[in-house]
Amino acid sequence: MTLKFNNIYINESAVVAGPYLYNGPLSGKFDDCYSDFYDKEKTFEDCEIKELEKCIKILLKKISLYNKDIDAMFSSDLTNQLYISNFAAEKLKIPYIGIYNACASFTAELILASSLLNNKDINNVICTTSGHNLTSERQFRSPVEYGSPKPDYSTFTVSAATACLLTKTKSPIKIESGTIGKVYDLGVKDSFDMGSAMAPAAAETFYEHLINNDIDENYYDLIITGDLGVYGEEIFKKYCNEIFNIDLKNYYDSATKVYDMNNKKVLAGGSGPSCLPSYVFSYIIPKMKNKEIKRVLLLATGALLSTTSVNHKKSIPCICHAICLEAI
Amino acid sequence: MTNKEYKKLTKEIIPKQTSFKKLITSFIIGGFIGLLAELLIEFYSSFESISKSTASNLMMVTFIFFSSLFTVLGFFDELVTKAGGGLIIPITGFSHSTTSSALEYRKEGMVYGIGANIFKLSGTVILYGVVSAYIFGIIRYIIFGG
Repeated sequence: MTLKFNNIYINESAVVAGPYLYNGPLSGKFDDCYSDFYDKEKTFEDCEIKELEKCIKILLKKISLYNKDIDAMFSSDLTNQLYISNFAAEKLKIPYIGIYNACASFTAELILASSLLNNKDINNVICTTSGHNLTSERQFRSPVEYGSPKPDYSTFTVSAATACLLTKTKSPIKIESGTIGKVYDLGVKDSFDMGSAMAPAAAETFYEHLINNDIDENYYDLIITGDLGVYGEEIFKKYCNEIFNIDLKNYYDSATKVYDMNNKKVLAGGSGPSCLPSYVFSYIIPKMKNKEIKRVLLLATGALLSTTSVNHKKSIPCICHAICLEAI
Repeated sequence: MTNKEYKKLTKEIIPKQTSFKKLITSFIIGGFIGLLAELLIEFYSSFESISKSTASNLMMVTFIFFSSLFTVLGFFDELVTKAGGGLIIPITGFSHSTTSSALEYRKEGMVYGIGANIFKLSGTVILYGVVSAYIFGIIRYIIFGG
């Protein structure tokens, strides 16, 4: 399903970057950063809530609006029952809807927010994502202090909070269209191998977006997938080539761009709901404002697994939503 | 594309994970732990009041204590990640998984946190260790008469 939007714009954005991200290749491009996984809080979760709240406050300050001026806020994170988003929303008192689409939440939120803005009573919508390496490690893998060798193809969750404001008032970045993806599962069972699991969903949504808009891949100056990692990026390219006969040149994956890839700890690159937005807000949007890039297609990918489904020996269903951004 | 065809496609790209180097590191570190254990037994049994079997118990306690301590100090997980099986298979791995679970859940309280979750990872080892001890004990009793 592809939706066309006429007058929806990304007005402003903010990123609070955490360890590994703030001192990586994007260093200095963030609004704020924290260097410690606790950041003076008692638990990792408290730290994540604090950063998300801080990020939204920075955004509100940038656009000089108050909490009461915001008509709705979408938020997502990786913890059970959206622990982080719920607690941050309670503190901010902004009308709130929490959504979960794993790491594809960012584009899902943009699609929902853009559709909501078509309502004449709604003018300002905030979309936020939050990630913390150690809360998701607790959520999906083993205890934080437990060391076990990880395969080279596993990814390293991005610790960052991101927020952006969507409005109907004209701004340099326009949301042109969005495609709601379907869930695909090609039988990958290894929960470390998210790249292989998510690549087909990304490719299928990408192809559907092209067909529905009647365009080809060269229509975009840049195509970015969410968090497939080093190997997922290769698989995505190969899948597009073999199945849809598309030879991608202007494409890369954001997971390989957010970290210093010489650091052995980050393995195949970044992942998590904040991976793509932190890259887009800190690197792509400034470039679009400078008119260096005109049209970008964002394909955020999400692995919809849970610890229970993994223990039930089920394979990993994956989703991808597409959003097209245009510089005006 | 069927699941089988897709598996073939990914297999060409995803690197193999069992390398000769990792096997050798695990082997050498595991062997080193064994050597250390042997030396500790010799050391403890050099005291006149300590028998050989008590000495091996003491050796295990020593290993458990230090791997637990190093886990709390926060650098043992890095060592395990590098050493692989060499540190996971010996009793150091058992102690490490128990301590790391306890650390993980201490914020959720003494009862529902630490109490309920301390054996989250190592519970399997305890359960099947005890069960198999019973089974093999019975077999030994039947065949060798105790």
